[in-house]
Amino acid sequence: MNYFGPGHGACPGCGFPIAIRGAIEVLDGKVIAVNSTGCLEIVSSMYGRNTWGVPYIHSLFENAGAVAAGIETALRAMKRNNEAHVVVFAGDGATFDIGIGTLSGMMDRDHNVIYICYDNEAYQNTGNQQSMATPPGANTTTTPVGKLKPGKTGRKKDMVEIAVAHGVPYAASASIAYPKDFQRKVKRAAEFEGSKYIQVHAPCVTGWGIDGKLTVEVSKLAVETGLYPLVEYEYGKLVKVKKLKQRKPVEEYLKIQRRFRHLFKHEMGKEILEQLQKIADENAEKYGLDA
Amino acid sequence: MRKVVRGFYAIAEAVRLSKPNVIAAYPITPQTEIVENLAEMYANGELGDAEYVTAESEFGAASMVLGASAAGARAFTATSSQGLLLMSEVLYNAAGMRLPIVLVIANRSVSAPLSIWNDIQDSISIRDAGIIQLYVESNQEAHDMIPLAFKVAENRDVLLPFMVCVDGFKLTHAYEPVDLLDQETVDKFLPPYNPVVKLDVNNPVAMGCYAPPPYYMEFRVAMEYAMERASKVMLQEFKKWYKLTGRDWGGHVVAENCEDAEVVVVAMGSVVPLVREVISRMRQDGKRVGMLKIRTYRPFPSREIRKALKNAGKIIVIERALSIGAEPPVTADVKSALFGLNSEVYPVVTGLGGRDIPRELVERIIEDVMKGKIKPEKRYEGLNEFEEVIP
Repeated sequence: MNYFGPGHGACPGCGFPIAIRGAIEVLDGKVIAVNSTGCLEIVSSMYGRNTWGVPYIHSLFENAGAVAAGIETALRAMKRNNEAHVVVFAGDGATFDIGIGTLSGMMDRDHNVIYICYDNEAYQNTGNQQSMATPPGANTTTTPVGKLKPGKTGRKKDMVEIAVAHGVPYAASASIAYPKDFQRKVKRAAEFEGSKYIQVHAPCVTGWGIDGKLTVEVSKLAVETGLYPLVEYEYGKLVKVKKLKQRKPVEEYLKIQRRFRHLFKHEMGKEILEQLQKIADENAEKYGLDA
Repeated sequence: MRKVVRGFYAIAEAVRLSKPNVIAAYPITPQTEIVENLAEMYANGELGDAEYVTAESEFGAASMVLGASAAGARAFTATSSQGLLLMSEVLYNAAGMRLPIVLVIANRSVSAPLSIWNDIQDSISIRDAGIIQLYVESNQEAHDMIPLAFKVAENRDVLLPFMVCVDGFKLTHAYEPVDLLDQETVDKFLPPYNPVVKLDVNNPVAMGCYAPPPYYMEFRVAMEYAMERASKVMLQEFKKWYKLTGRDWGGHVVAENCEDAEVVVVAMGSVVPLVREVISRMRQDGKRVGMLKIRTYRPFPSREIRKALKNAGKIIVIERALSIGAEPPVTADVKSALFGLNSEVYPVVTGLGGRDIPRELVERIIEDVMKGKIKPEKRYEGLNEFEEVIP
């Protein structure tokens, strides 16, 4: 059974199809998929070319959390709640930015929903505009590199911690470079009643400026440098962290992506590189990443 | 059972009797008491298997009823003013997705300036969303139209959201005697919701697909066709309602004393009983005046209006909303219905933001129109003299 594709229009090397397929597979197709407007929606749900093998709904950009909450409530009211898991697939723009209100409402009321954010770190569907998930220094069309500006300034919002702060039973970060780990997390999430939040790092080949065949390698480097720590919370308690034997310097991750290339030439680049290394070091400290 | 109740209770009770599966709402004056009553019923186990959820915003409430409806639930929400404007993106979407959500709008003016008081600018502003709009004159009519709204919205020939518009405070907070329906009567009229499609793992469908130019237009025109069919379905259901309850609310419009009238006043909502009273007094004085009550605003009953007003030379439209920079909304629609006839239309903008519409005002306007003292053009009544402050 193909739960997602073939026939979707994602770019060769796109990160998120690995996550979508992996999540639905590990839940044995017992999924009602709720999708916010974005790249995933556009590549999979054109009228007449739907590629979803599970029931699917797309409403708006910023309301997936509430739509999922409504579906979950309806299933409960109609005694159909054992039929399927309600699973949101939303991009980082829909999650971190415009849809954070409905996601917060969903988590606050603790609706029994697995919310999966595929994080490609910008509005990639519309051509790489910055989101609050965009890391500092990234060159996007709305934070362009110029004489005075080194790309995005300011930090990436920590949505996993925001989910944890809502008191949800389960929250985790994951990466498409570790698909088994991601699938295990989805399966674990499904064991809890209430709102679950999983954020999966998924490169965008065009927005990040990487070779399609390097998708997995690049996302792996994000983890190995400490910039994208893989963590897992149950009832607010950090229960698991992916340890790193030999944490790599952030430059290794940054230099192979076009969005960060300017940092190695720009006047303010050094400062941003230091900031990024500091973020990785802080992550290592906070989560005890170094084995 | 006839009881003196407040509007919000009459509305909440009718919602309960309609057996929704999901109610999601967010409080806003003057709608709040409707959902408070429903929340209380829920807390006391009086809503059957229904789930009641307080959302994080009206936007969230509308999105929740959208999701619930897509899952095959009968879903209800209520709001007012800013809440409706905040919902509007979702409501356009729900209509396009053909989800038969029912809403009650406790009509209230929109900000700025902030005002919690009544006019109908809120619901009028989203008249183009593809949502059926019905305006009521009393709490009895509001009570009766809620089961009917579900029935019409859920009809396979319709499948559009349905908005019952009830004047905030003037009706929602007013005590009126209401013949409260019983469960048996409502059950006889309103069968359980049987959705054509729903989100179901055993029969997967994709809802809310995007449509590129070769497909988009057909979806939107299909909504027009559905709205046209809704017009017929509503008339059938109005008749069935009369047969069942003995209460005849008429069709899309109700023409009173219009046959020989020289002047007809067109009114919508809670101002209707006032206009009716004025007309009936003037009739006693031998004046040939009538009233046309518009109940259904979308689908707009052009044919019925043209028929009812074909003999009236002079038509006054009581406007409680604006389309700033253009003809007031109801006037524009009435004029288009009358196109080609020799009628003179007098748009009277009044009662905005809860300003009182006194009987004397309505009487004076009618007298002035009869005597040819005013011109058939937009005028503002009950307006204080004021100086525009241009900084």
